[in-house]
Amino acid sequence: MSCEPWQCAEIAATRKANPINKPEIVVAMIKKATRPLLIVGSYATERWMEGKELIDYLIDFANASKVPVVATAHMVGEFLKRGYQPAGFMSAMDIGNRIVDPKWKGLDGKGPYDLVMLVGLPYYMEELMLSGFMHFAPDQKTMTLDNLYHPHASWSFPNATLEEWAANLKVITSKFEGGQ
Amino acid sequence: MTTKNVNVKIDELKTNNSLIKNLQVSIGKVVNENYTEPMGPTPMPSMSTLRDWDMKLLNRYKPFYMPDCDLCCLCTFGKCDLTAGKRGACGIDIGAQSSRIVLLACCIGAATHTAHSRHMIHHLIEKYGRRFPLDIGGLNIKVEAPITRLVTGIKPETLGDLDEVLEYAEKEITQCLAVAHTGQEGNNLDFESKAFHAGMIDHIGMEVGDIAQVSTLGFPKAEPEAPLVSLGIGSVDLSKPVIMAIGHNVIPSIGIIDYAKDHKVDDKIEVVGLCCTAHDITRYYNRGRIIGPISWQLRFVRGGFADVVVLDEQCVRTDIFDEAQKVHAPVIAASEKNCMGFKNRTDDPADEIVSDLVSGKVPGVLILDPEKVGEVAVRVAQQVAPIRKKMKNLPSIDEIKQIAKTCRQCNMCRRSCPQDLKLPQAIKAAAEGNMVPLTDLYEYCIGCGRCEEACPVKMNVHSFIVKAGEQFMLAENNYCRVGRGAVQDVEIRNVGSPIVLGEIPGILAVVGCSNYPKGGKDVYDICREFASRRYIVVVSGCSAMTAGSYRNSEGKTLYEEFPGGFEAGGVLNVGSCVANSHIAGAAIKVANIFAKRNLRGNYEEIADYIYNRLGAVGLAWGAYSQKAAAIAAGFWRLGVPVLVGPHGVKYRRMLLGREDKPEDWEVYDARTGNKVNVGPAPEHLFQTVETPQEAMVSIAKLCIRPNDTWKGRSIKLSHYVDLHKRYYGCMPQDLHLFVRTMADVPMTLKDEFSKILEAHEWKETVIPDPTLLPRMIRKMKG
Repeated sequence: MSCEPWQCAEIAATRKANPINKPEIVVAMIKKATRPLLIVGSYATERWMEGKELIDYLIDFANASKVPVVATAHMVGEFLKRGYQPAGFMSAMDIGNRIVDPKWKGLDGKGPYDLVMLVGLPYYMEELMLSGFMHFAPDQKTMTLDNLYHPHASWSFPNATLEEWAANLKVITSKFEGGQ
Repeated sequence: MTTKNVNVKIDELKTNNSLIKNLQVSIGKVVNENYTEPMGPTPMPSMSTLRDWDMKLLNRYKPFYMPDCDLCCLCTFGKCDLTAGKRGACGIDIGAQSSRIVLLACCIGAATHTAHSRHMIHHLIEKYGRRFPLDIGGLNIKVEAPITRLVTGIKPETLGDLDEVLEYAEKEITQCLAVAHTGQEGNNLDFESKAFHAGMIDHIGMEVGDIAQVSTLGFPKAEPEAPLVSLGIGSVDLSKPVIMAIGHNVIPSIGIIDYAKDHKVDDKIEVVGLCCTAHDITRYYNRGRIIGPISWQLRFVRGGFADVVVLDEQCVRTDIFDEAQKVHAPVIAASEKNCMGFKNRTDDPADEIVSDLVSGKVPGVLILDPEKVGEVAVRVAQQVAPIRKKMKNLPSIDEIKQIAKTCRQCNMCRRSCPQDLKLPQAIKAAAEGNMVPLTDLYEYCIGCGRCEEACPVKMNVHSFIVKAGEQFMLAENNYCRVGRGAVQDVEIRNVGSPIVLGEIPGILAVVGCSNYPKGGKDVYDICREFASRRYIVVVSGCSAMTAGSYRNSEGKTLYEEFPGGFEAGGVLNVGSCVANSHIAGAAIKVANIFAKRNLRGNYEEIADYIYNRLGAVGLAWGAYSQKAAAIAAGFWRLGVPVLVGPHGVKYRRMLLGREDKPEDWEVYDARTGNKVNVGPAPEHLFQTVETPQEAMVSIAKLCIRPNDTWKGRSIKLSHYVDLHKRYYGCMPQDLHLFVRTMADVPMTLKDEFSKILEAHEWKETVIPDPTLLPRMIRKMKG
């Protein structure tokens, strides 16, 4: 496990994400947040771990934690096929653009989110979105649930194997009331 | 149109009552004006002339920045940390800096196309003279240069007239570039406005280049049924000497083809091209072949097919000479912009150059005379081919198996791969004798070679992929339609009404480079989807090649399946990069020919028309270059939204509307002067999409325009809903924003729409005569 950007040329300049050395940190961050949000990208159906797609792990997590999900690209259809209704769906650029708007009231009109988590977007896309958040929403806490280190997030897992990723996601889910 | 630099000198003139000595009269320009259209308000606009128009767009489509770098290192005060609101030593912040980088990219792109055209005009004027008439479509085209007329107010009639147009473009690019200097512009939106300006100028640069070459070189002149041309290395007779041209400027290739024809060896050699120069080779020469998009340079050079490699300009790999040397293929650099470190042999006798290249005394030369390039390339290819016998630089399968065993599984290849291809797993499988995973990567590899640079044991990973996929490479034999050039005036008349009223649901321009996230099939699928839905699909450049590289269930390529006219369900290849100007030109001509709006120096009104009425969308699925950025910027200013594939996010700023902010979507009704909310139509001006499914849904939505008739809107919504249901598995949730009256609702979807409209307390509104320009209001409110 290393805290180097997964893509070699993606070098953080001035700040580097805090490493998530154990999944309990994610749980603590979510429980501390009053309005967390999870953005799920198109790789959710392209990553397989222990015979399950990433999206299935994420649905388990979302059901357990009650964290609202925004599906990007065409992922809403994949969630619906699996019987899960995301809180919203829009392009990655649209949700990114809303996150940096301090006046945005959120998907439910109840105010901005104090913890934004991302997972399953193409690495370079997620990286640049996190850069946008770092620069233009500097008080926004961000966290990635990917198994690849993202220096522009506030918190990121180090680079990890698929097995470690699966294990981490299962632990996170299990720590919420609905995931036990 | 004009004659420049008239000089009259009289040494001595005696009359009955006077003596004149040493009289010299110099006139900068003689205007021979026969362009009767009245001049509009903004001929030859400077950087700030169209600023108000830009700001109307930029306030609706605000930049969303995703900086690729936190620092500025452009001056010696730096590096400056601009993170999260900090300002640099010059005072700039990260927003302005990000837009400054966009401006720089657009300036580079505009300069590249314009310099390309400058070289071409210089060469063609030298060869054909300044008075050579422009003709890009005979009687079928009266508006020969819509962008030039619109922006400059000039109606070019001869090659010499284009010279003046380029002078204007060059001046404006210099002005825009100067803005990027430290301590000039500081406001992000002003940087953006100037990027728009550079984009508009880029379109002029492209238009000049293409109408000049179409007029002089015998290219198809706006022909809907331009012939089909073979596409792929499988179409090349490899028993013959092969000359491979790489780049964008066809002039050296013309020299090759002419020499081969003049010496009656054209049937004895193959002249093939990579990237846009390939399009233009086939526009000139019916025996020419398109090998493929620009990203396949390594693949084809290492494959050993080329006996001589000729480099012109733009998008040429800077290490291609090293690669060519490894297969003993001599290289001829033929552009001042790309000298490759070679000795300039332009003035040397051809016999000497040929001898030096054939003997291997020198591996490459610089020749700046296209006719000499032609002679040398042909003679060298003929003499070298029997010696090098298509020598490859690819390992054998057995060698791959052995070398793969040295892999440390360090993951560095994968971490360097833009596509995150599972290279370590494929190499491990290869070491165990299983080539299938490597072969599977062939379709998805974009050929950048970064994997090899990263490998600590110097494994030629890209070559492994090419070798494993060799049978597919050799079988590539498809069809592209030869670039047709402009759209005919009569075609515009035929489709003007159904496009503007919305009955042809849209124009989709699939353009640009080949940095595809998952192979080229997505481009084919998107084109086919929209052509089948009777959108007008226009393609160009590498995308046009990729679109022709796949076949339907009946074995037909896209160009065999669909007609080549500017019509519902047509798939038009306009040609090379510079031919992209004909796409913008077609949009402008709809406003001019169909709607009879004056063109001349009338930019704002025409852009306002296009923005509000013409359901056109650009898609650059694999855009990578600064030229692509400039082309996009030219479309933004015209009010045409552009989508880019996922790698396009690296352009690092989007121009996004907010459908959740109704106050952003008001236009004037030109009939009454009332403000009318028309919804987010189009929603974005520049957006990255993540998947082809998202691209398709977004294209259908972005074709919606305020001016759609109820019938047109109903058709557009049908496509949007259909694609949304297919790919997103549900109804769109924003339909209430696009329905103005119940007549807009597709008949078969009334129940589903009603639920959504009721949930949003939808109210009927009017269909305006939309404009963003108060001066277009015909009846001002009392």
